Amino acid sequence: MAFLFDDGRRSVSGTTRALSFALALALFAGVCSGAFYFLSYQWAWRPVLGYWRLFWEGWLATLGLAGLALPLSCLVGLVSAAARRSGFLPLSYAARIFVEITRGTPLLVQIYIYWYVFGQNLSRDYRFLAGALVLSLFEGAYISEIIRAGIESVGRSQWDSGRAIGFTRPQIYRHVVFPQAIRRILPPLAGQFASIIKDSSLLSVLGISEFTLAAGQVNSFTFAVFESYVLVTVGYLVLTLPILLWTQSIEKHSRFET
Amino acid sequence: MRLTLDGVTKNYGEHRVLDRVSADFGELRSLVFIGPSGGGKSTLLRVLAGLEIPDSGTVSLDGQAIDFSDEALLRHRKGLGVVFQAYNLFPHLSALGNITLPLVKVHGKSREEAEHIAMETLGRFQLAAHAHKKPAELSGGQQQRAAIARAIAVKPRVLLFDEPTSALDPEMTSEVLAVIEELKEEGRDFVLVTHEMGFARHVADRIAFLYEGRIAEQGPAEALFSSPQTPECRDFLARILRY
Repeated sequence: MAFLFDDGRRSVSGTTRALSFALALALFAGVCSGAFYFLSYQWAWRPVLGYWRLFWEGWLATLGLAGLALPLSCLVGLVSAAARRSGFLPLSYAARIFVEITRGTPLLVQIYIYWYVFGQNLSRDYRFLAGALVLSLFEGAYISEIIRAGIESVGRSQWDSGRAIGFTRPQIYRHVVFPQAIRRILPPLAGQFASIIKDSSLLSVLGISEFTLAAGQVNSFTFAVFESYVLVTVGYLVLTLPILLWTQSIEKHSRFET
Repeated sequence: MRLTLDGVTKNYGEHRVLDRVSADFGELRSLVFIGPSGGGKSTLLRVLAGLEIPDSGTVSLDGQAIDFSDEALLRHRKGLGVVFQAYNLFPHLSALGNITLPLVKVHGKSREEAEHIAMETLGRFQLAAHAHKKPAELSGGQQQRAAIARAIAVKPRVLLFDEPTSALDPEMTSEVLAVIEELKEEGRDFVLVTHEMGFARHVADRIAFLYEGRIAEQGPAEALFSSPQTPECRDFLARILRY
């Protein structure tokens, strides 16, 4: 067993890593199948897979929601971070109030409030768009803080150096602050992108037929709870895992560069 | 250069850092500010650099009063080279990139021209082999030399050094001081804030002793060191030169 430990002194071979990973995976699989064994659950994939089209369309809708909310939330975050840092105090406070209220309340509550205040009279065609917008406002508040923290992590000495060589304020942002901030912003931002994908599932309460709603529907037709949700789990992981792995790799890179 | 100060005052909140500083240093090449920490020497240098705006008073360089409006300050800073204690360089750019950036973006040089000037300047400071390294890959002394290279590459009328060796070990300190001495011999005008008394005495045309926000005493280097006139300056030199 000793060879399965990483004591930080020896380098660990690829085989050892693969073996350890397989063991961990087997452990998870064992726990899950054990649980289902005690439930004496009868797996019935056939009826669920018969609704593959519903799943596929739901998955595409989730992809679309995330695809819309991703750039939109970045825009919200950028505008809000800029407002927060502006010298015009009412604007700065407005951004702060928006960010803190949004971060301090559950997304589900926000979805309902936005919906009952603004969305009720919307026709069905606009639901998708409205849902993406609500999601963008929510995630944008977090992204705003990520961007602000990144910008503020660039120290005063860098501003001094920038001013001393004769840069204007926009030039300091463009050539000094942003290139350094982006390295610190990217890893948490990528993590936030994964959250956008996951949080879009809550939009199912608006009746937007995204991935989670599709699973619920199939479930109500077939009563195959686990089959539906296993599919959903895999469907979300396909989207989020690459992002999370990418996050880890850029974290490693930015560490080497500074 | 010819530098005159008239009633320069700067407050940080309640705290007065510069208290009606007036002086006419006459025509000179090198001016060194010495004095205890918190005496105002760095703040005065930052005022000269156009990085701090005095609350009142005037500063004249070569007979022309510095205009502290935003646009005029931008022009003023363009004509100077400033080197700080540490973290001068932009960490995301190579030594070369650090030098070409102001040449291209502030002084309107073409990229080829800027790279030519940068390589030439780096070569002068024995840094040509390190041109493509990031600041984190350079030693503290090399970083400061690259910062000096960036400052002189734009052909400034005056160089301003704010404790350029305070963050360095003795060996790197002498390596940086050697560069400053070389610039002096070359006939470049500069103002230096330092705690290196031996070097100050050696390199300064004139020395100003700042104490509690005022120039308590100023004069030719030899005279000030051998017979300081004020008790504050006497005490300071006695304390700092004891060991």
